[in-house]
Amino acid sequence: MDIGRIDAIIDRHRSEASSLIQILLDIQAENRWIPGEAISRIGERLEVPAARIRHVATFYKAFSLVPRGRHEIHVCMGTACHVRGASRVLDASQDATGIRPGETDPGMKFSLETVNCLGCCALGPVVEIDGKIHGRMTAARAAETVKGLEGPRKTE
Amino acid sequence: MKEIRLRIDGKEVAAPEGATVLEAAKTAGIRIPTLCHHDGLEPFGACRICIVEAEARGSSRLVVSCVYPVEENLAVRTRSPRIDRIRKTILDLLLAHAPDSPQVSGLAAEYGALRDRFEKEGSFCIHCGLCVRYCAEVKKKHAVGFIGRGIRKEICFIPEVASRECKGCKECFPLCPTSYLQAAYALAESLALPCVINRGHCCSHGAQSP
Ligand code: SF4
Repeated sequence: MDIGRIDAIIDRHRSEASSLIQILLDIQAENRWIPGEAISRIGERLEVPAARIRHVATFYKAFSLVPRGRHEIHVCMGTACHVRGASRVLDASQDATGIRPGETDPGMKFSLETVNCLGCCALGPVVEIDGKIHGRMTAARAAETVKGLEGPRKTE
Repeated sequence: MKEIRLRIDGKEVAAPEGATVLEAAKTAGIRIPTLCHHDGLEPFGACRICIVEAEARGSSRLVVSCVYPVEENLAVRTRSPRIDRIRKTILDLLLAHAPDSPQVSGLAAEYGALRDRFEKEGSFCIHCGLCVRYCAEVKKKHAVGFIGRGIRKEICFIPEVASRECKGCKECFPLCPTSYLQAAYALAESLALPCVINRGHCCSHGAQSP
């Protein structure tokens, strides 16, 4: 990530140590993950030790310290979704993306995650793709939606 | 400074305002077991083994004595069947992580804790935070920190800092109740620190090392 962009985000928060989480959130939103150079830069400018920043960045699930794909797929595995077949939806999503939860594919297209509840149990099974909630998912529809991201696949 | 009077195990104790129950007990010669406490560091309240019963205005509560400030007329009990049971459970859990730690097994013998109550989870670290806090508070280097949370919480050396600071220090090693710290350091040294050297940031190895 370009140091200028990191600095611009830090400037927006007036380099205050109390804004650490907000700065990390902004970097995460802009860059999809928090690279090492961002941690060093924040550490220097906020005068917060890197150990503290790493502690915060690994505490919250909202932050990623490894590169993330262009599309974030969150499959809900909460109780309501689970009883309605979330595990089949997850299987289909894994097959369609070729990755397991917590992973990103080498082409940086997808990152797959499981979540424990998205808070809309009545719509279950739920999959959230790039912030948009898809309710009443079936394995087939999950595969179709995932494959349809960035237009139809050229390889077929 | 105002003096606070309280009772610990029936004994009248006076302590300065702002002192913790643990400190008050210590000055009165009453022993409360601890694992994460260190006189030179800020109270942390991580291990919970110093839990006591504190009674004030007719109601009794369980409090962690290393972070609980003394109060006027507080009546503290440092041993009771209830407290012993809680301490035993904490030790049962810690034994699943660090069964051979001398400090943990010493307390385990005292409270009748069981080595095999919980499935072994060979993570060795008991998250007392002594290494992390010592490095931060006393050395002000922050070479080691916690990462993750819950069952995935662990200590982690920051290569950029550790490669500069740790080799000549290692003052945190004797503080660790489980010797996991030494193991983690050896691992970090062999895995993470060389790549820092290769990238040219390092000054504590090879010819330049003291
Ligand atoms: S490594 Fe040792 S000193 Fe550090 S937190 Fe774990 S048990 Fe405590």
